[in-house]
Amino acid sequence: MATSAKSQKRSQQFWTNFILIIISIIWLVPILGILITSFRPSQEVFTSGWWTILPHKENIEVDRISIADSVDVDGPITIEGITATFDEWRTGIELDDGRFIQWYGNKRNRELVVYDEQWVGFNTDLTLKNYSDVIGGKTITYKDGQGNTITRYGNNLGGAFLNSLAVSIPGTIIPILIAAFAAFGFAWLNFPGRNILFTIIVALLVVPLQIALVPILQDYVRMGLNGTFLGIWLAHAGFGLPLATYLLFNYISTIPREILESAYIDGASNFTIFTRLILPLSVPALASFAIFQFLWLWNDYLVALVFLGEKNKTVTIAVAELVGEKGQDWQLMTSAAFVSMILPLVVFLSLQRYFVRGLMAGSVKG
Amino acid sequence: MANTQNTDTEQGGILSWFSSTLGQILISLFVPIVTFLVLWQGYLFLQRAQAPQIIQVLVAIVWGVGGVALLYVVANWLVLKLPKPWSSRLQPFVFVGPAIAIMGWFLAVPVVRSFVASFQDRLGQEFVGFDNFVFAFTNPRMLETFRNNLLWLVFGTFFSVAVGLLIAVLADRTHGEVIYKSIIFTPMAISFVGAGVIWKFIYTYKGVGLNIQEIGLLNAIVTALGGNPQPWLNIPPWNNFFLIIIMVWLQTGYAMVILSSAIKGVPAELLEAARIDGASEVRAFFNITIPYIKGTIITVVTTIVIFSLKTFDIVRVMTGGNNGTNVIANEFYLQSFTYTHKGRASAIAIVLLIAVTPVIIYNLRQFNKERKGF
Repeated sequence: MATSAKSQKRSQQFWTNFILIIISIIWLVPILGILITSFRPSQEVFTSGWWTILPHKENIEVDRISIADSVDVDGPITIEGITATFDEWRTGIELDDGRFIQWYGNKRNRELVVYDEQWVGFNTDLTLKNYSDVIGGKTITYKDGQGNTITRYGNNLGGAFLNSLAVSIPGTIIPILIAAFAAFGFAWLNFPGRNILFTIIVALLVVPLQIALVPILQDYVRMGLNGTFLGIWLAHAGFGLPLATYLLFNYISTIPREILESAYIDGASNFTIFTRLILPLSVPALASFAIFQFLWLWNDYLVALVFLGEKNKTVTIAVAELVGEKGQDWQLMTSAAFVSMILPLVVFLSLQRYFVRGLMAGSVKG
Repeated sequence: MANTQNTDTEQGGILSWFSSTLGQILISLFVPIVTFLVLWQGYLFLQRAQAPQIIQVLVAIVWGVGGVALLYVVANWLVLKLPKPWSSRLQPFVFVGPAIAIMGWFLAVPVVRSFVASFQDRLGQEFVGFDNFVFAFTNPRMLETFRNNLLWLVFGTFFSVAVGLLIAVLADRTHGEVIYKSIIFTPMAISFVGAGVIWKFIYTYKGVGLNIQEIGLLNAIVTALGGNPQPWLNIPPWNNFFLIIIMVWLQTGYAMVILSSAIKGVPAELLEAARIDGASEVRAFFNITIPYIKGTIITVVTTIVIFSLKTFDIVRVMTGGNNGTNVIANEFYLQSFTYTHKGRASAIAIVLLIAVTPVIIYNLRQFNKERKGF
């Protein structure tokens, strides 16, 4: 009885892990695919799947057979003891020893290729050229599947990366600062209209930002803010503030009353209390929201597309442009995608704990 | 202030009081003006954009963050210069004012402006009654977007939550929980545009022909199993599902994390009691765990539903909304910026707003319940 329960438990453990491993592989393979592709030479990317760098069996050309001029190619042709028509040779015939013979090119070519199945793998030369191509802004050349040299302009992803930093860093800090001030005001200061104003903020939590794009773009064009960093910081502040204020309010309002009261008795002003007491005490909440907002800004496409557009384009816009152009330069697209992903991945993986905390605190965002 | 008032009875005190007040006023004017000029110079520097990009970016960061902090300091300083009742009355607004002004400008007022514009023509000059809403609810393009958004909403949400729940439950019983969860969670850090590239590569199609090797994973698998390669993203209505898979890939991690922490909150005694009563694991899960975490499931479902209603980037990058994959947010984008039909774009935005209204009402109710004595 005891042993059967134990073995049942063990088999349960096995299947649980089995299912999870399968799901994990499904989740990881897509990323692995573009990671490997981004390091492969362009010509190989065009002609073979990324998985071919793993060891696998493949038909390798081992020999070529020419057909003597005396043989009539319109009739049956005998090679290696097998007789078949041109069409059959053209589709290819497998020999008993595993070799595979196929006509090469058209009828007049009079040549066949002998393939043999062999183990290959790990023989691809990996390269950083795709990355230098896509990061730089100059003209680049690479080879396509047929070996032709293609020349095109680079996508200057390096510049886009800097722009994304210029959007994301202030775009994260500014709303947090503004929200922290507001959260303190709502939590600890008395003023007329406090209730109704905060209720409106709660209502704004899930308002879709689409509602604002057209009117705000009009304002921006009129004010000359379109395409400027200031414009996009303000827009992101506007769209992020309801959640930021709400989350920070929830946190700041739980700070014990006694701490603040003793500070007031010591004669500290609101401003001093805020900068010396509230901000340092709120660091965990601020950090949670900061990671949240940073990832949201870095990965944002719509807002950047509308308010920055061509001028000061961010990584998401640069990658999307690359995809839209022709959609076939996979060696460039994959390396560009990786450049755009690397910073959020590092931030995310190193600060996951804070991120999860922020996620828990504010599950519904607009 | 108090000191100057005490001295103003003395001879000449009035003069010194007057001059010091004048000085105060001058300083009060001078400081904001200087602040404004400094910030304006920074703005012009960034506009001219002649310096190397790295310098510009650094200046932008310092200017943006420093500027906001400086504005608060100056505003607070100014308010404290005011006579007592005024300064204490106005100071709260130094704290909450900027946030309210920005939220008003960027969210609250646009609701009204979009509402008005939704009853106007393409340039926002004449009122056209309900024409834009008639378009929104009868035009075949729009009906297609509604159908597709419904697919996103139902299947995207269902699979994100179901798979997320499955992983949360299973991982809870293994030693490798942290690793499994990290792997599933990782796509959350990836932009929709990046995810678009990743999956477009999986679905890519080279065509049928001699000696063509498929480089897309899905077609390679299909051909290896003896099938014919397909242009997956061009086959309506199934292409919608290939796009929805991307959303599931991105959002499952979110559902998993939230649900996982809820599952850990289910009291072990409850589950143990059920097992002793002879309930199977599956029954214990459906009769105890699920009811216990119902609230969390509702939250997760709501968040993902809202997300699926606003889905844009994935469709924009993968198909541009062609071949029967258009969605509301993409049609909104096309109407606003490609066809520049302000009226229709606004009507679509209002439709989106109406779709999330139940959530707004729910949030407000919850908020009022939690904060009776706010």
